Amino acid sequence: MTEDLLKVEGLKAYYQMNYFGVEREVRAVDDITMTIRKNEIYGIAGESSSGKTSFIKVLAAAIRPPMRIVAGSVKYDFKNGPIDVATATPAQIEAVRWRHLSYIMQGSMSVLNPVRRIGRTFEDFARRPLGLSGEAYRARVLNHLERLKLPADVLNAYPHELSGGMRQRVTIGLATVCHPEFVIADEPTTALDVVVQKEVLGLIREIQQDMGSSVVFVTHDMTVHANMADRVGIIYAGRLVEEGPTRQMFFAPKHPYTAHLVASLPRIGDTAQRPALEGRPPSLASPPSGCRFHPRCPLAIDKCKTDVPPLIQVANDHRSACWRWQDVEPLVVPQRHEVMA
Amino acid sequence: MSTLLDVRNVSKRFTMGGLLSRKTVDAVQDASLSLSAETPEIFTIIGESGSGKTTLARMILGLELPTDGEISFRGKTVSHRVGRQERLEFMANVQPVFQNPFEAFNPLKRIDRYLESTAKRFLKLRHRDDLDAAMDSALQKVGLSIAEVRGRFPHEMSGGQLQRAAIARALIPNPPLLVADEPVSMVDASLRMSIVNLLKSLRDDLRVSVIYITHDLATAYYISNRLIIMQRGRIVEMGDARTVLDNPEHPYSRLLKASVLSTEDAGSGKLITDPGMAERATALIRQPGRLVARPDGRSVRVYERA
Repeated sequence: MTEDLLKVEGLKAYYQMNYFGVEREVRAVDDITMTIRKNEIYGIAGESSSGKTSFIKVLAAAIRPPMRIVAGSVKYDFKNGPIDVATATPAQIEAVRWRHLSYIMQGSMSVLNPVRRIGRTFEDFARRPLGLSGEAYRARVLNHLERLKLPADVLNAYPHELSGGMRQRVTIGLATVCHPEFVIADEPTTALDVVVQKEVLGLIREIQQDMGSSVVFVTHDMTVHANMADRVGIIYAGRLVEEGPTRQMFFAPKHPYTAHLVASLPRIGDTAQRPALEGRPPSLASPPSGCRFHPRCPLAIDKCKTDVPPLIQVANDHRSACWRWQDVEPLVVPQRHEVMA
Repeated sequence: MSTLLDVRNVSKRFTMGGLLSRKTVDAVQDASLSLSAETPEIFTIIGESGSGKTTLARMILGLELPTDGEISFRGKTVSHRVGRQERLEFMANVQPVFQNPFEAFNPLKRIDRYLESTAKRFLKLRHRDDLDAAMDSALQKVGLSIAEVRGRFPHEMSGGQLQRAAIARALIPNPPLLVADEPVSMVDASLRMSIVNLLKSLRDDLRVSVIYITHDLATAYYISNRLIIMQRGRIVEMGDARTVLDNPEHPYSRLLKASVLSTEDAGSGKLITDPGMAERATALIRQPGRLVARPDGRSVRVYERA
């Protein structure tokens, strides 16, 4: 059994707003309990407004009002000592940021300062956490760029001079130059086309294996999870509804939402009609009662409307929050067909 | 057989910079395609960013004028500057659907206002009841109704609903052709198939032809009849969607297909593309080559050996 790097317990993070005396509460993260192990890639899937971005903001210790942690703990076990994000002081968070806890952001164009050369941006990010002086710092950065297959002269370039794929590699470089133990990647490949996407994904995996760190990979694209993640967790309406090893999630899902996500993927070589899920994602300001998926669920029974299903162990290392998990059938039986040479 | 849309040897060159430092970019080079008026089809344009697929679509919509070549719609040339009346008539026949529904709608206006102004302009309707009927029939086609949409602002609807509303707006003048530029790339996974299935039903039930622009090979395989694959402004492969994607011939098409992530070996973590494949795909990028027809109906760009 491998060690855990992160333990999230009963985490509730709400947006609490008070406009002119009218109180509004959005339960973006509602009672999530999970662990992330050392040296694994954990994929988080969920649609927009499912609360996945709020959840990773908490993991990244980037909690700003109106968001507030209402209950629960987010405990990291870093080499320089354990830290609980829910109670840590800004100085404690500052001490782990970039060195231990790092973040690959979405949209490389808005991350990189357009009027600064890449080298300057590297200095802003990495100089202080690395704590190296002149020569040693430069050698470290150049060494790292080489590993990312970037030429050394990108340091003198402005962001607009680079292609989308190169910019994304630069942001991966920024996030990993300090060899952090925990990296959060928030949709790092959404804006890229297929060829570049595969390259960038391969690179993230390679770097992760080199450094032996844990990566939380967030995207709504299930095909990316299939190829990247060791384990996948599905977030629906602020709750973790299923998590398990990638292969089991794809071939033996135990939650109807996961089954649907997997079945709706079109594939080359197969033209069978794909089902589309009816209805819309629930509003987190007034979520449905009971199981939050019940209004869209094909398996819903009366119990689902009133009682919240707990996240229970359904197989080895595999948890699902569904009253009828035994009745969930994989909608598409996967079949191997000839992969083109 | 009459043609609905005929694109003949169209090229577009953009010039950047001033007199002293002039650079030119050939966004589209010598592209030809045609759609038949009798059988509606989904015609897909595939390519990476910068391959010229959006420029080609903008020329078809009349938003850019081609540098060379000619585009004609129902036998009438549209690729030159035309008067307002002629332009409106063309716009009623060829309607766009854009990538991001949140940007396509004005966030400060109600969605029905946008639908209403389209109905007023293209159908020349004046009366409240006629307008409502036109809007409702278009919304019914995409699985919405006027009651769901009336009085709501874009932020009050989900991405999938909004993209449906955008398609409904495009359908108001009953166009025979829709140009959809990456209509699903900003839509969530669970709602993506509902949009793709909708495009399919537009073709099968309403006999609307769709030019579907995407870089997603899997949905292209799922819905399209014919497709073209573009690389750096040139069409490198063209033909029946199933024939081409089942067994691509051009090195770039092969690279694209090999780069599609599959769920078949989920969990095994295979992410290596054969480096020789990428090399072969880009080796001939500067050479013009020529499109050659193959017996199975497709055309492939071949290059003279140097």
